[in-house]
Amino acid sequence: MHENSRHASFLEARDLRKSFGSLEVLKGVSLEVARGEVACLLGPSGSGKSTLLRCINHLEVLDSGRITLDSELIGYEKHGEVLREISVRQLCQQRSMIGMVFQNFNLFPHMNVVENIIEAPRLVKGVSRQDSVDRAHELLAMVGLAEKADNYPRQLSGGQQQRVAIARALAMEPKLMLFDEPTSALDPELVGEVLTVMRMLAEQGMTMIVVTHEMAFAREVADTVVFMDDGLVVERGGPDEVLGSPRHERTRSFLARTVRR
Amino acid sequence: MTQQDGKSTTLGVAVIAHGEDEIRVVPRRMVGRWIGAAVVSIAAAWVIYQLVTNPAYDWGTVWHYFLDGTVLQGLWMTLLLTALTMVAGALLGVLLAIMRLSGNPVMTVASTTFIWFFRGTPALVQLIFWFNLATLFPQISLGIPFGGPAFWSASTNALVTPFIAAMLGLGLNEGAYMAEIVRGGILSVDRGQDDAVRALGLRPWQGMRRIVLPQAMRSIIPATGNQTIGMLKYTSLASIVALHELLYSVQTIYNVTFQTIPLLIVASVWYLILTTVLSLAQVKVEQHFSRGERGSASDTRGRWGRLIHAVVTRGSVRHA
Repeated sequence: MHENSRHASFLEARDLRKSFGSLEVLKGVSLEVARGEVACLLGPSGSGKSTLLRCINHLEVLDSGRITLDSELIGYEKHGEVLREISVRQLCQQRSMIGMVFQNFNLFPHMNVVENIIEAPRLVKGVSRQDSVDRAHELLAMVGLAEKADNYPRQLSGGQQQRVAIARALAMEPKLMLFDEPTSALDPELVGEVLTVMRMLAEQGMTMIVVTHEMAFAREVADTVVFMDDGLVVERGGPDEVLGSPRHERTRSFLARTVRR
Repeated sequence: MTQQDGKSTTLGVAVIAHGEDEIRVVPRRMVGRWIGAAVVSIAAAWVIYQLVTNPAYDWGTVWHYFLDGTVLQGLWMTLLLTALTMVAGALLGVLLAIMRLSGNPVMTVASTTFIWFFRGTPALVQLIFWFNLATLFPQISLGIPFGGPAFWSASTNALVTPFIAAMLGLGLNEGAYMAEIVRGGILSVDRGQDDAVRALGLRPWQGMRRIVLPQAMRSIIPATGNQTIGMLKYTSLASIVALHELLYSVQTIYNVTFQTIPLLIVASVWYLILTTVLSLAQVKVEQHFSRGERGSASDTRGRWGRLIHAVVTRGSVRHA
């Protein structure tokens, strides 16, 4: 918190609440992320990390609270005293600024790698085919998959699919990247290649929010570590603070369990 | 077959060498299989024997009428009715499926009620019902409803010909089935695809057209193929309202000549030829829509195995 207050906050989430039926998943969560900052969200499953991430690009509609990205309110506009839901067109515009990477990759199985990457730039931003294909090849080279351009997702390993998914999100030139447990569905030996790409993105100054169970990655790459439990933020701070000398008992017991694993 | 590392395989017998000891491996005897094969072979032999020797089949008459003008006319009507009802049914089905999934309660209830009614009553009954529509509405008019003026009006009997009755009866019924097929196809697409579509900023209709429907096609196409094959046979129901399709055309002949069985064989052989051709076409279309799927490049059955499998399994499947 003290670390962040020096920057003008780029992403600001205020008092977010969200219930699914009678289950309250977010119980008033606030989060600030500065431009170029890498924030890792840790916590046991069911603690609300993924829901928080999905609220940031309005995949889930909040019950209350508000989110601004670069001073722009996400999902709503202010009309005097009321917040009015924005049009589908405006919402799509906002979402195109926020890249998202999913646990299960969610590549389009009926399209090859390049088609996967150029689909959104062409349809949403109206980029020409040639320009978008050129950009796709650049991005594939960056994630180390230049030679896989014509393959279908099924023909790739999980690690390769996830790297294509990262390239697909980057093709929209996002201001912010959200990672929802990007390595949880991978075989252990494939985790490294995905983390390497993410580390490279962080070094290039991309603003990133990462839900992860990879403690080593959080320790090494994160500027801020946020520990969540039961729909609330329990503790936040630099990685050395939260992972090295946690103040809360819940953080300590969670870390003790995950480190042993 | 080959001799390597002391391990050899011949048809059914393997010899494994461990140092000096040789152990012969004999496959288990499958007595039940042999008995089953014998029973089926005898039954098949009898079927062929009676086909050849029973004079009542009258194969000469079958070939005589096979390319008869009346039969070919009926064949054409069968093809036309199948094509038109399937096109109408598919369009209606997509419309009903999208209405049902729209989230608008009025649309959902309207679509559900339509499907409930037209799937829940037999196609034959609907067909006869439409043919007798004049009893209910002697005149059909276009105008302001609830007693307002009419701009155009015609006699129902003149309007609802056997062909129109068949189109309505079979087409509306088909629309109800296709609606469920399309809906099932859309719902079968992984929810993560929708997340990805939305997160990338695609509009809902862009996602539906470019991402969801192409994937839904994988399950819609085979089911639609089955429906088309079924419809080809179901058009024979229209003979009840004296529509001159394939079955009715052979009926008009055997009502005069009393060669009932040979002429039914003529119709059956034509139905089989058409369903076979449709099955082959379906395999091609399915291959196109299974791009990127596991196994699409190398099905272990091989090209001919797939074709034969498709023909044999698709020729007989149909909803009740």
